[in-house]
Amino acid sequence: MTDEQIVSELAVILNEVAGVDQSKVSADKSFLDDLEVDSLSMVEVVMAAEDKFGVKIPDEEVKNLRTVGDAVAFIKKSA
Amino acid sequence: MTRRVVVTGLGALTPIGKNVSETWTNALAGKSGIVKLTESWADGLAAQIAGLITIDPLSVLDRVSARRMDRSTQLGVIAVKEAWSDAGSPDIDKKRLGVFFGTGIGGLSTVLEQYDILNTRGPDRVNPMTVPMIMPNSAAAMVGLEVGAQAGVHSPVSACATSAEAIAGGLEMIRNNRADIVVAGGTEACVNRLAIAAFASMRALSTRNDEPEKASRPYDLDRDGFVMGEGAGALILEEEEHALKRGAKIYGVVVGSGMSSDGYHIAAPEPEGAGASRAIKSALIDSNAKASDVIHINAHATSTPVGDIAEFKAMKSALGNALENVIVTATKSMTGHLLGGAGAVESVFTIMGLKEGLIPPTINLNNQDPEIQVKVAKNEPFKIDGNGKIALNNSFGFGGHNVCIAFSKN
Repeated sequence: MTDEQIVSELAVILNEVAGVDQSKVSADKSFLDDLEVDSLSMVEVVMAAEDKFGVKIPDEEVKNLRTVGDAVAFIKKSA
Repeated sequence: MTRRVVVTGLGALTPIGKNVSETWTNALAGKSGIVKLTESWADGLAAQIAGLITIDPLSVLDRVSARRMDRSTQLGVIAVKEAWSDAGSPDIDKKRLGVFFGTGIGGLSTVLEQYDILNTRGPDRVNPMTVPMIMPNSAAAMVGLEVGAQAGVHSPVSACATSAEAIAGGLEMIRNNRADIVVAGGTEACVNRLAIAAFASMRALSTRNDEPEKASRPYDLDRDGFVMGEGAGALILEEEEHALKRGAKIYGVVVGSGMSSDGYHIAAPEPEGAGASRAIKSALIDSNAKASDVIHINAHATSTPVGDIAEFKAMKSALGNALENVIVTATKSMTGHLLGGAGAVESVFTIMGLKEGLIPPTINLNNQDPEIQVKVAKNEPFKIDGNGKIALNNSFGFGGHNVCIAFSKN
């Protein structure tokens, strides 16, 4: 999967879980500050991403995933 | 002087209507909302009938907020949206806005769904919103968020008396000057395999599966239990001066309430209706009314053999001979029993009845039980002149909770 494909899959998840406008989702956006994904929604996003990409994202790793780009990098590394 | 409380907005989502207007029209037409449960999950249940709402909650709620609510909360929020908008979406200091909203069973469907996920996919797949979706105050809290209430959000839980108790609580909250407006009501949505199996196991449900529309038949000799329904009701209660000042339309007045507990049994009503009678009498005292002022009672009347008789005895003992001039109706004959939503929806019927001068019928009443000697709006709406009179709404819940709310037209 390319970075763009992962971003676009994450955008679908973010929209489904937290109502984020898909067009606003890009690698440089912060989940909390830019996309207003609160911590409970982030848990849901992580669960959905784990299912989608077949990876495991441990809790201690989630706090390092500040931006969408951080998540893309982690998913690529773990897949 | 006691602060008077008026009703300035109504909301209802019931098996006979998606809002107050449709519910009221269908009630006057004597329409049943009870249907056969044809889904495979109902296979093997003793009772395979229920009252279901006819809209998809997602046609009203946005998808993201809906996925954070159990269905019971979804229905409650929909009824509240209607009531709030009906009241003109009042511009009020949110610190003077309260909520009293309850549920009898609550997020059981979510519990079952998440328990399935827990067992099939593991603990780390359980939805992080599960707790806020299943806590008993969930509907009240979501309603509070919906209107931005900051005076206090309360969630009485008293089984099928819940939303009547919520109205009583809202009345007191305004009288005590804690708020100028209270969103009051309740909701239920537990038409699922476990809830039906459990109520059926108590032998509380009608098993007239081949005639769903005829299954809920309060006061009829052939009644054999209640029919579960889903739905919600909401009332905007407002201090009278506050309502007049903003030029709100006023449906009627909440003149008083009465509450008691049986202290008798966890599920069965006290057979002589002593506790319920005390609730009715207290409501009259609280309303400064006499028995002869009562023109109408929307009865709890769930269509169970013992419950309907105990309530008749309660009405008789509370009102004496004045009961002869009271028109009683049992709207559960059409909606089924909305449990935590019942008291609010039936208060909507009571208020509309006074306002329009028409009492909705009790349908399926072919042979009135001779032990229940009341004048019933039998199969047809009944005209009344509500001026100068009061109307009562009774609600009783498993656990021996008794609530009676008194309304007047003006």
